[in-house]
Amino acid sequence: MTDQAVAGEVGREVGRARPRKEDARLLTGQTTWTDNIQVAGMLHLAVLRSPMAHARITRVDVAPALERPGVLAAFSGADLAEGLGSLPCAWPVTEDIVLPDHPPIAVDEVRYAGDPVAVVVARDRYAAADALEAVEVDYDPLPPVLDLEAALAEDAPLVHSDKGTNRCYAWPLATGESFAAVRERADVTLKRRYHQQRLIPNAMEPRAVVVTPLAASGEYTVYSATQIPHILRIMLATVTGIPEHKLRVIAPDVGGGFGSKLQVYGEEALALAVARELGRPVKWTESRSEGYLATHHGRGMIQDIEVAATREGRLLGLKVDLVADMGAYLMLVTPGIPILGAFMYPAIYKMDAYEFRCTGVFTTRTPTDAYRGAGRPEATFAIERIMDELAAELGLDPVEVRRRNWIRREEFPYTTIAGLTYDSGDYEAATDRALSLFGYDDLRAEQRARNERGDPVRLGIGVSTFTEMCGLAPSRVLRDLRYGAGGWEAASIRMLPTGKVEVVTGTSPHGQGHETCWSQIAADVLGVPFEDVEVLHGDTKSSPQGMDTYGSRSLAVGGEAVHRAATTVVAKARKVAAHLLEASEQDLEFRDGVFSVKGSPEARRSIQEIAFEAFTNHDLPDGVEPSINAEHVVDPENFSFPHGTHLCAVEVHTETGWTRIRSYVCVDDVGRVVNPVIVEGQVHGGLAQGIAQALYEEAVYDDEGNLVSGSMADYLVPSAPDLPDFVTDRTETPATSNALGVKGVGEAGTIASTPAVVNAVVDALRPLGVTDVRMPCTPERVWRAVREATA
Amino acid sequence: MTHITVNVDGTTYEDDVEPRLLLAHYLRDRLGLTGTPIGCDTSNCGACTVELDGASAKSCSVLAVQADGCAVTTVQGLARNGELTALQRAFHEQHGLQCGYCTPGMIMAARDLLRENPHPTSDEVRHALEGNLCRCTGYQNIVRAVLAASGQQDGSGPADRTRDASGQQVTEEVTA
Amino acid sequence: MIPPAFEYARPETVEEAVRLLAEAGDEAKVLAGGQSLLPLLRLRLAFPELVVDVGRIPGLRGVREDGDTLVIGALTTHHEVIRDPLVRRHAGLLAAATATVADPAVRHRGTLGGSLAHADPAGDLPAVVLALDGELVAAGPEGRRTVPAREFFVDYLQSALSPDELLIEIRVPKADGWGFHYEKFHRVAQSWAIVGVAALVRREDGRIAEARVGLTNMGATPLRASAAETALAGADGPDPVRRAASGAAEGTRPGQDASASPEYRAHLARVLTERAVLTAAGMG
Repeated sequence: MTDQAVAGEVGREVGRARPRKEDARLLTGQTTWTDNIQVAGMLHLAVLRSPMAHARITRVDVAPALERPGVLAAFSGADLAEGLGSLPCAWPVTEDIVLPDHPPIAVDEVRYAGDPVAVVVARDRYAAADALEAVEVDYDPLPPVLDLEAALAEDAPLVHSDKGTNRCYAWPLATGESFAAVRERADVTLKRRYHQQRLIPNAMEPRAVVVTPLAASGEYTVYSATQIPHILRIMLATVTGIPEHKLRVIAPDVGGGFGSKLQVYGEEALALAVARELGRPVKWTESRSEGYLATHHGRGMIQDIEVAATREGRLLGLKVDLVADMGAYLMLVTPGIPILGAFMYPAIYKMDAYEFRCTGVFTTRTPTDAYRGAGRPEATFAIERIMDELAAELGLDPVEVRRRNWIRREEFPYTTIAGLTYDSGDYEAATDRALSLFGYDDLRAEQRARNERGDPVRLGIGVSTFTEMCGLAPSRVLRDLRYGAGGWEAASIRMLPTGKVEVVTGTSPHGQGHETCWSQIAADVLGVPFEDVEVLHGDTKSSPQGMDTYGSRSLAVGGEAVHRAATTVVAKARKVAAHLLEASEQDLEFRDGVFSVKGSPEARRSIQEIAFEAFTNHDLPDGVEPSINAEHVVDPENFSFPHGTHLCAVEVHTETGWTRIRSYVCVDDVGRVVNPVIVEGQVHGGLAQGIAQALYEEAVYDDEGNLVSGSMADYLVPSAPDLPDFVTDRTETPATSNALGVKGVGEAGTIASTPAVVNAVVDALRPLGVTDVRMPCTPERVWRAVREATA
Repeated sequence: MTHITVNVDGTTYEDDVEPRLLLAHYLRDRLGLTGTPIGCDTSNCGACTVELDGASAKSCSVLAVQADGCAVTTVQGLARNGELTALQRAFHEQHGLQCGYCTPGMIMAARDLLRENPHPTSDEVRHALEGNLCRCTGYQNIVRAVLAASGQQDGSGPADRTRDASGQQVTEEVTA
Repeated sequence: MIPPAFEYARPETVEEAVRLLAEAGDEAKVLAGGQSLLPLLRLRLAFPELVVDVGRIPGLRGVREDGDTLVIGALTTHHEVIRDPLVRRHAGLLAAATATVADPAVRHRGTLGGSLAHADPAGDLPAVVLALDGELVAAGPEGRRTVPAREFFVDYLQSALSPDELLIEIRVPKADGWGFHYEKFHRVAQSWAIVGVAALVRREDGRIAEARVGLTNMGATPLRASAAETALAGADGPDPVRRAASGAAEGTRPGQDASASPEYRAHLARVLTERAVLTAAGMG
């Protein structure tokens, strides 16, 4: 690891490989998953879903369900329509975006297989499941809309007939020179089409929601397996009409999200509506195969990408034309996902022209939305794939072509063609380290030897030098992008009278380890033991203000807020200490949680003692409030830009198309590291998901719009034997946009690995004439590519 | 209703249950033992893995009536007097869990492996955990944890994926 | 998801089980280890009125010898089959293939009889028992009958068992001296075989004297690669084996799914047959 000077103070905790605080309850089965919650009188909700991709509902009769034992109520969409507004889309990316109404439960038309059509409420989950089968629904089939390009044709059948088009929006960006101009002077232009298949996020904990009403006061508590309790509270208030101050949202232990729980779901609104209707607690828990239909999907794009370059491999311009599958409705940030990517296609490269256009398209499939990386993996894939093609076209090594184009270490801060200012980075260091760990030259030699002897097992080497924008997000940038909220984060620190500490955060962890990392940050600044810090999160009552967890934002924004709040606590304590020690503030030293007077070390007060002094308020200076607690809301001044170099070696069996990852090396630069063990774990998990997109996973639909990969038996989430050991390392160039110097790590592995793997597969087969394999690179696709190239 | 007697984590329970009641739901909804989660409906994910008469089983794919007269061990029955088992400790120390939803099943599957093969290679560990999905860790630290719990350091030799836990020669992957 | 409601019986003898099945007509399902049935019930793809749990009937579990035949109780679990010394000695192909079935937890509960009675052509064991020239013994109201594996697998998820019959044992001729190999091709460890090839080879004087090849997932039922088997007789090295294996897909009707096309499956059948036979013959 390259140890460079880091920003802020270096303490005992930050940077330390602390085992996690969260683990004890998770290892012993003492977790509070939402489905674990049992409340007296609780009823179970089950949702009947459309078996068709597109149809008019001609009749819904829930009466037969009411005859079933244990059933208390059943509702059609029409029954619930009055009390439920449209599910929100918070990111209308253009002024003229087509924004269809999205009822939490369909009333007269279903638009994807899985669209809710009725709900039943029963005493237990078994009775509820049975009663679903008694509900009678008649459908009048309508044509499915599945092909992204055909959907844009004049005469295409419409997903939302009242809108007159399947085009949701067209979002352009053009910067620098015109692409046409640089193409004129380019020695080489390349145009490629890549497909981002639909993915199913597959957080291990299925979604669940429990609503407990308090009829007397009109208050509701919503427990949900969500990443966004704060946003959810606001949105549910809007959808249901329940006043925001009467809603309390709790995200208890949440078992992974990866974007899929960054959502305001129909079932959350339905549970709330039913609890309001019946005055009883209600629980809904999705089954996995139900979730495959009902929980949003990720990716789903066609990418046309064109580069213009000089003979020496210097990029002149980049042109990107996307068609993005919105699915049937716009959910919380559906339209914005490809737009996040818009800024990342230029990646780490310098160029003179950039043109981008994205067309959002409605289809009769499950809506898409954020999935780990959200727009950035797609962008990184396309640019990193075509950089390899450019290298091949020019006969250059793929690493070399990147070197000739990337922003050099001395050029930071650097404003990219897309308008982002990258504050820091060192692509040279990360790449050199990765090449050395990987044994790049030896592998290239082995590859040549295999090619020369016509080995049926080819070796391929893939590289991906990526960056991403994290730390979402400066609120003014979000305004410019027409996003409906800000990007700040809140933290407060409560010094308890006994010297213990509560850190209240607006982030909402679901596996990331915020309890551990925020404790490390607070313990360092306050000089208190790590064990004395408790982190409160995920409950709008204990943590009233927050923007929640997604987009690798929590540490860079939320961790920074903790850091600032703790710094303010120390500043407030210093005033009290100065008073008690009868010294001036400037004469005080603060080390390891103790204020002492310079030159007379026996005159000391610990921060815990000062917390108690503040509590009693017996001897505080005049005009000082009896509290050293502090609160901060941080709005980041810039995004943060983690980067890294990933190298993958694959063996491809040309006879069968079988691909095996032989080695994987990545060197990531995520800025300053609070907990290296957690960082490594985040990278590992990200790699697994990115590799899974490259090789295994795809949400496959048939021609009728049915989800064929409809259960875990058909959608291939890799297990332990399917993945290799990863070699991970880091370089560390601190971010300058926050005092901690941190950048974020949650999505890095996912963003970087997909192109590294596909580049490796194509690299293995390029001598045979293969120039692309569509994802996932299934054995059959690889076999066909070889066969077609060698035919 | 069928009458069953099941010993769970050392306590004997008698209940009348619907025959279709899944063992996982019996544990969770009837006994309140929510330490065993459910992650799928096709027996792929393994989150619900428990021990049934000493052998790992996916409790979502066992009827409660099939457990009549049996002993069930769940993740909640492992730690004694607050003392974690070596496996639980290793998962903690090696950061073998993130969201933790798969962890109970991973631990029960790993116990099963170590009973039969106390010193597995890293590839034997991967193979033994093939029925347990994790979406957070990429499995590497889970493998490390199981190796550490078996008293071994990480870093066993290159892949030998063609051996079953029993030492049986099998072909799990196609190689040329 | 949640299974539909059903009645439940746990007979203690084969006769009682058969009587219960006979009384229920088409409306009963046999529950052995439950590793195929429970997912079907949970996805509500099966709606039995009665589930007959045969899991505790004594005498249906374990392996014994009967002269030149190995007799495996239908309730013998995958876990037990893999480790059974008699199976490993006399039917190593079955042990090797069983070790590729699902995962350890499923192998603890799942049974050989259950896997065969389920008659899923994508399952690994039907093709193996077919290659072993096994026989399946069913008990019914009229007594017992023995069905050759070639006649047992009738169609997709459909065996020759009538609704009132219970599979009680599997008889396989000892394959002492035969080389064997099960070649399974799947995309991830958990997924079903795209194609699997079960090969048994008897060698004489350095040549293949006789070969039997069972195919997994190459049609609505497990299949024997008869043309390849015939052509393999006399093969004395990799080249003749490759030529013979090129007929492995003859007479098959592989299906299309998200993982593979029929054409690719036919290609795999040829390649995997070559590999499996070469390995089984010690020529690989």
